[in-house]
Amino acid sequence: MDETISKEKIVEMDEIARKVRRHIIQMIYEAGSGHPGGSLSAADVIVSLYFGMMNHKPEDPKWPDRDRFVLSKGHAAPALYGCLAESGYFPIEELKTFRRIGSRLQGHPDMRKTPGVEASTGSEGQGLSMGLGMALAGKLDRKPYTVYVMVGDGENDCGQIWEAAMAASFFKTDNLIAIIDRNMLQLDGPTHKVMSIEPLADKWRAFGWNVLEANGHNIGELLDALNKAKQTKGMPSIIIAHTIKGKGVSFMEGAVGFHGKVPSEEQYKKAMIELGEGTA
Amino acid sequence: MNKTHWDVEPQRPAFSRALVALGNTRKDVVVASADLSSSCGTAAFAQEFPERHYNFGIAEQNMISACAGLATTGKVVFASSFAIFCTGRVYDQIRQSVCYPRLNVKIVATHAGITVGGDGATHQMIEDLALMRALPNMTVVVPADAPETEKAILAAADYDGPVYIRLGRANVPVCTTGKDCQDFEIGKSTLMRDGDDVTLVGTGIMVAKCLEAAEELAKHQVSARVINLSTIKPLDEKILVKAARETGCMVTAEEHSVVMGMGAAVALVLVENAHVPMKRVGIPDSFGESGEPEELMEKYGLTVDNIVDGAHDVIKRRGR
Repeated sequence: MDETISKEKIVEMDEIARKVRRHIIQMIYEAGSGHPGGSLSAADVIVSLYFGMMNHKPEDPKWPDRDRFVLSKGHAAPALYGCLAESGYFPIEELKTFRRIGSRLQGHPDMRKTPGVEASTGSEGQGLSMGLGMALAGKLDRKPYTVYVMVGDGENDCGQIWEAAMAASFFKTDNLIAIIDRNMLQLDGPTHKVMSIEPLADKWRAFGWNVLEANGHNIGELLDALNKAKQTKGMPSIIIAHTIKGKGVSFMEGAVGFHGKVPSEEQYKKAMIELGEGTA
Repeated sequence: MNKTHWDVEPQRPAFSRALVALGNTRKDVVVASADLSSSCGTAAFAQEFPERHYNFGIAEQNMISACAGLATTGKVVFASSFAIFCTGRVYDQIRQSVCYPRLNVKIVATHAGITVGGDGATHQMIEDLALMRALPNMTVVVPADAPETEKAILAAADYDGPVYIRLGRANVPVCTTGKDCQDFEIGKSTLMRDGDDVTLVGTGIMVAKCLEAAEELAKHQVSARVINLSTIKPLDEKILVKAARETGCMVTAEEHSVVMGMGAAVALVLVENAHVPMKRVGIPDSFGESGEPEELMEKYGLTVDNIVDGAHDVIKRRGR
């Protein structure tokens, strides 16, 4: 993708992100279950990837040279589904079936059911390893693709994340880029109170990664960091994306309670208005 | 074929040979190890095809999920470690990363069972069949000896989906040399010896013990049928039901806990299809301990005598 992204393009992507956020709220409200907080915090990163970064063909989801995105924090599935639908992998209408019986849109991503989903995730801590495997295959076959993996900040509690971190730098998979959704909250509360993961950047640096930081809600800044990561050779890169859990809906922002809570009818209506329903 | 004194050979060199053969014929085959490549038999592949071998260190969780990632790109991935480290320790990774998306990851577990010997209970995996056969999309294969190991590895490479292959550490009698054993197919078991009075179903190292038991029973005018149940999942129900109906009773023998192992799987088939007296020979619901393989097999009941006694018992219960 072009490194110099125009202002218009960023405005356009911000608008897509708003749409994706409306999808998230709608999907979870209609399903009666799901994880709004971590989906909203992840939305801008995922939009940046699908609309500003990745080389992919929604009409040919299995194109062998495609860039790959693995959502290791699988509970943010609504954000991924919203992006995939907006990209054209399946009809936007289908988002209504999220979490319904017989649906292709499972509560957590299922690579066998949903076009565009690259890995089945949901049990925390496994996605980075899967992405590593894809990156190793890319190196072996001399394929040009890049593998992007989004890791939740809470997932940094998992030992397997650090096994993968060690292996990725050992194997020099510079075609692997991880993004941490650093929204500071996990299910039981603030990450520093549940299980401290700081100093996070130092830890990843010590494991041999090129560490970058960005405002995870500023698409221009995210694309800048992603491009820097892509240009880094000989080591994997990680972007700590500083985000706000529940971003975009005032009463969900920074609220632990909305990790896995469904909005009431009143909250749903309010959220949709805040996210610009009816404006575009 | 009444021979009961076979040559012995460990299964791991056969696994190693099969991997190298696959490396030569198939460019899509890659191999993963977890710091046990020289013990498991993946070192030869690593030597021949270094760019297609990944040593993940003592980090089996990462290894299994990374193998899944490799498999999403079309690779056929063989991951190998000791059974104790590549089943229970990584059950969730096998479940979520491999079986749920039905990926082409073949887990070759060596050093399975109590015959690991001196390392003791911490290294004696005797509940892996229970774990692996519970997983949807998983196929579970237990070769009886070295030649069958080689065939099973080649068959697994051609088989679409996850496969768990269980190998031992110790020397195993080479008992699958007969002409009925030549064609190996995942999901099909082999009739090793025909008989009418009782069926002995063995898996892995216990197949040879069943053949010895059949020889012993023949001395007492008991004609025993012997089946090598090399695939534990999906079970070859047809041959089991037929044998149960024709012989009217059955003994199973496995180097595994009797809790939810091969015998338990066979019992369920019989209960639903051909309810006949049955006896399970296997390791009682307990952990193992250090010792020589033969000593351990004796102490934990994996003996020819137990199979023979079991046969007499089920024949008596059948009341013929």
